[in-house]
Amino acid sequence: MFDDMYREVILDHYKNPRGHGTLDDPDAHADGQNPLCGDEVSIYVAFGEDGETIDEVKFSGRGCAISQAATSMLTEMVAGRTAVQVAALDKDELLEEIGIPLTPVRLKCAMLGLTTLKVALHKAKGTALPEGLAGFDDLDLS
Amino acid sequence: MAATAGTRKLNAHAVRADFPIFEQKIHGKPLAFLDSAASSQKPRQMLEAMTTFYETSYANVHRGVYVLAERATAGLEGAREKVRALINAPDAREIIFVRNATEAINLVAYSWGMNNLGPGDLVIVSELEHHSNFVPWQYVAGKTGARVAMLPLTDDGELDLSALEGLAKDGNVKVVATNHVSNSIGTINPIEKLAAWAHEQGAIFVCDGAQSAPHLAIDVQALGVDFFAISGHKLCGPSGIGALWGRGDLLQAMEPFLTGGHMISSVRLEKTTWGELPHKFEAGTAPMAEAVGLGAAIDYLQDVGFDAIAQHEHELAAYALGRLSEVPGITLYGPPADRRAGIVSFNLDGIHPHDVAQILDMQGVAIRAGHHCCQPLMHKLGVAATNRASFYLYTVQEEIDQLADGLYTVQKVFA
Repeated sequence: MFDDMYREVILDHYKNPRGHGTLDDPDAHADGQNPLCGDEVSIYVAFGEDGETIDEVKFSGRGCAISQAATSMLTEMVAGRTAVQVAALDKDELLEEIGIPLTPVRLKCAMLGLTTLKVALHKAKGTALPEGLAGFDDLDLS
Repeated sequence: MAATAGTRKLNAHAVRADFPIFEQKIHGKPLAFLDSAASSQKPRQMLEAMTTFYETSYANVHRGVYVLAERATAGLEGAREKVRALINAPDAREIIFVRNATEAINLVAYSWGMNNLGPGDLVIVSELEHHSNFVPWQYVAGKTGARVAMLPLTDDGELDLSALEGLAKDGNVKVVATNHVSNSIGTINPIEKLAAWAHEQGAIFVCDGAQSAPHLAIDVQALGVDFFAISGHKLCGPSGIGALWGRGDLLQAMEPFLTGGHMISSVRLEKTTWGELPHKFEAGTAPMAEAVGLGAAIDYLQDVGFDAIAQHEHELAAYALGRLSEVPGITLYGPPADRRAGIVSFNLDGIHPHDVAQILDMQGVAIRAGHHCCQPLMHKLGVAATNRASFYLYTVQEEIDQLADGLYTVQKVFA
């Protein structure tokens, strides 16, 4: 009965996160937190030569299996896409990849990485902001 | 009958029968509800009191001259007297109904703090505080130019009173504010000593009693505090009602918090004068049915007996600490069993509390996972979050066994 939410692929991404780490001189960066549980994630982005296409995404921070696995999957999903494409990425696309039923509270865990990535791209490229920005203390909307 | 007559020993299985919530299964398992520190479950007696009030005595209070208005007023004021007796306050007029302990503390922070704090003044809170007894002070200090300092914890999770004198060198201590019992790790704080020290500094002492009033016999006069805040929903009452007790002379001298209907003496274009206590602090229509429910909850708890409740929870905490300490890779937070209330906070090595709580839920076990509105404390403990199991008069040992067994299942999922 735990297979639903803690299926093997989630645990695999949690135990062996892809894209875990930091970039020394990122082209885009943001820190996000989930005010419900205090979880934190930092996202680092490097663009390719065209300055628009994402070459690499790294993340660091701490969180539950759902947030860490979702962010790990996200780093694989967005490589090769442009900032504008990622800013428009629908959350359902990530949810489909995660592939497990999520309660509203856990949905926030799963979206932490994507939301933070969109904020990073907004800061670097002025792309569209994600829905619901609570918790992004360092966000300068001026 | 809930308590076993004569022995004063609480029979939790009998108590449990008064709580309809336990008549269901969760994910096909018996409900092990171990989150009473967040909010308590409700006895049938309380629910029936509210229903009866709505069905037989409902009208707005303090206004009408007809029978129903008189009954409603009697219900509200009767509840006020029950709250007074619960905490042994000297006078029921010093009991202010509010929404919850958070609002009670905001009332003091605004009405007292805005007019009595200024540059050079210091508000001392503790590292154990719930955000409810920290953020209002931080906010009002920011508005008035006062500063906030934090009394640190010892490694055992108890307040380090030896640090008080050092903190006092940084300003004029005007407010000392701590909780009576920590909602995160269950520490029972030495309120008499803290209040006496505050008074030596010429400060007021504000006590957040949200986690103590449900579990311990309270005597605000013996504690020596100036303000005491409680939340009804944590002591078997309905949500949406709490109470502030304050010393009469302080309340008299304070400005109102919320203004509008009911809290006035006379209203003219040029000037409005305030009503007498407690009305000065109770603008708008009161939470009447909620007050009646709170009164019934207090009756229920007193019928069981606070000494029996405290003893029961103490035994559960000791049992839980014993069972959980057997789990490999567990870290337990907080003081030893003899110096804590029925709250046990812990982490499993390498497994986030959200995941622990999620997998426990699938086994019918409800615990809290998160920062418990205590981010400064979590920072001190060096964690983002903990798991917290908390107990009440209806908690039985089997629920703690269910929790312990569940933790082994959590570890299997993550193995």
